[in-house]
Amino acid sequence: MKKAFTTAALALSVLGFAAMPASAADTLKIGYVDPLSGGGAAAGQIGLNQLNYIAEQVNAKGGVMGKQVEIIPYDNKLDPQVSLVQVQKAIDQGVHIVVQGNGSSVAAAVSDFIKKFNSRNHGKEVVQINHAAIDPSLTNDKCSYWHFAFDANVNIKVEAMTNFMKANDAIKKVYLIDQDYSFGHSVAKAAEAKLKAEGSSIELVGNEFVPLQKVTDFSPYVAKIKASGADSVLTANWGNDLQLLIKAAGDAGLDVNWYTFYAGLAGTPTAIKQAGLADKVFQITEGVNNIDYQPMQDAVKAYIAKYPDSPIYYPRLFNAMGMVFKAVEEAGSDDPVKFVPKLEGMKYVDFIDGKEGFMRADDHQYFQTMYISGLGPLGEKQPFDEEGTGWGWKVASSVAVEDTIVPTTCQMERP
Amino acid sequence: MLEIVLISTLNGILYGMLLFLMASGLTVIFSMMGVLNFAHASFYMLGAFFGFEISRHVGFWPGLVVAPFAVALIGMAVERYGLRQVHKHGHVAELLFTFGLTFVIQEVVQMIWGKLPVDYRVPPSLDFPAFTIFATNYPAFKMFELLTSIAIFAALLLIVKRTRVGLVVQAALSHPEMVGMLGHNVGRVFMLVFGVGAGLAAVAGVIAGPALVTQANMAASLGPILFVIVVVGGLGSLSGAFVASLLIGLVQTFAVAINLSMSDIFGGTPLAGVMSVWFSDIWSVTVAQIAPILPYLLLVMILIFRPRGLMGNRES
Repeated sequence: MKKAFTTAALALSVLGFAAMPASAADTLKIGYVDPLSGGGAAAGQIGLNQLNYIAEQVNAKGGVMGKQVEIIPYDNKLDPQVSLVQVQKAIDQGVHIVVQGNGSSVAAAVSDFIKKFNSRNHGKEVVQINHAAIDPSLTNDKCSYWHFAFDANVNIKVEAMTNFMKANDAIKKVYLIDQDYSFGHSVAKAAEAKLKAEGSSIELVGNEFVPLQKVTDFSPYVAKIKASGADSVLTANWGNDLQLLIKAAGDAGLDVNWYTFYAGLAGTPTAIKQAGLADKVFQITEGVNNIDYQPMQDAVKAYIAKYPDSPIYYPRLFNAMGMVFKAVEEAGSDDPVKFVPKLEGMKYVDFIDGKEGFMRADDHQYFQTMYISGLGPLGEKQPFDEEGTGWGWKVASSVAVEDTIVPTTCQMERP
Repeated sequence: MLEIVLISTLNGILYGMLLFLMASGLTVIFSMMGVLNFAHASFYMLGAFFGFEISRHVGFWPGLVVAPFAVALIGMAVERYGLRQVHKHGHVAELLFTFGLTFVIQEVVQMIWGKLPVDYRVPPSLDFPAFTIFATNYPAFKMFELLTSIAIFAALLLIVKRTRVGLVVQAALSHPEMVGMLGHNVGRVFMLVFGVGAGLAAVAGVIAGPALVTQANMAASLGPILFVIVVVGGLGSLSGAFVASLLIGLVQTFAVAINLSMSDIFGGTPLAGVMSVWFSDIWSVTVAQIAPILPYLLLVMILIFRPRGLMGNRES
């Protein structure tokens, strides 16, 4: 038994050694540092599925500059400390492109780490492709030359959402309810400032904070919203805190419109359907499947056929990888020092709608057309439902790229 | 004002009864076996997923019966082949064993049902508003939840206090050898008690699953509050757990309705300047904001001033 084990171990290690240099030489390694276990695992797994899909597609067409794309997952457990260990591990394994997104605290820690690493290790530079963290500080006071943000940050989303609400005459009384942590507070603060600004006909009737993922029973909050006389609720809650809130509202028969940032996340459409809130819950995103744009719809159908159990993806991750590959090919090199200048200021045809977005060179924030969409029964030319509910996201309004641009305080230090 | 008080009272009672439904099995196992079962919330989750799976094929009501039995069987197997083996190494070993079990169950559930929430629905026969007060609906399913909870409390109390089975179980806890000498199979008694506790957790899961969100992390998000109920109520006291559930439900619900903060109370007084500096971190934090923390504050207070809990009859 012991001998067999030793032989097996030996054989494995020899095989491992033989396999490693072969793959290291001619692949483009992309390290995916996101939660693959624990509370954030569902979101992390979706991103990994999608990256693997993108790699397959690109590799089938001959790869990037003739190199095959290799996705290497690193589980960061949504923890900044663990993330740094995993990023170091990725670097040690020859990764120069780190894709990371979930958690602004994680993104900030990784950005800081990479900034220091790059300044001390010339010739080994690493770039961070942030596909989801939207704390504005990442592209403002803490901006970094080696960090690129592909999701619209909080300021952009609040700006677009509140402009949409102000333009809607039916909205008179708005209730804010957010999670009691940095992100929830930054949304509440920005929204309050916008809604209370001069010329606004909207009255703010409540500004509530709930502890992050700790509340089981939201009916007292629903009672409060009802007592305030609000006709609309603006919330940045996500996950359980949004699902339970909406279900409690459905139970109590609270009749308001919901303006959210994260109603599209896994499980929430199911909760909205269970609550029976047709065409009452809206979200702001970079786009939805039911936009009438054929190339995207075909690509999404192919993707869903591949992952029928998890038919969710992030449009921005398609943009992010497409832009990175484009920059690498334009630069003729996968060395970040060479391709980052190409990525700065790049114009790109968005995956979701075919309209042009751009990566602002000043702060490495990507700007794209934003969409406000509501969940409800589908009409013609709207083939995609969510989570088998029969309801899908339908565009209620769109905000053109030029109307999403917000100023930045970033003073980029270039190497 | 009347509206807020009435609605908060109703919401508080409903939430309290949901908490008792979830905590009853934990109390049973603790009061009769002296085992603090960390895996309780995991059995609750298993109940929800079993109920979901059964409801997809034959409907909600068969699930309400079958799922708890299935989970009770799993519970008994856990007691017979796991807990009984580690029992001889003392309470710490038991704690660690049930703690480890939570991870095993979590992983198994993720493997079978995935990490995303499942679409577990309220049965159509209960999917209507039972009554409406101040334009707020109260769904029939919540009333069903409330009645189940009260029924379970009454049944448990009767069994423990009024039947021979309850007598034997209680005796087996304090004098296992004596009970054994009298011809009762103490091992089997413990196995059954653990099974009942796990089954009760599953009943809570089947009922709370559709009302809340059924997903693989639901055990983790529930865990701590149940221990608060058991400790505040008095370790091992069924009536204590019932009272504590109601108390916590009401306190939390009423606290959410209160928008007062220190700045509102002391804002106009001469002390305002000094206090806003000294208490700058909590100066404008409202009672509503700290509502969900209050149960834990209560836990700390109880442990300091009345370690045996509201209605407990022993110190540990």
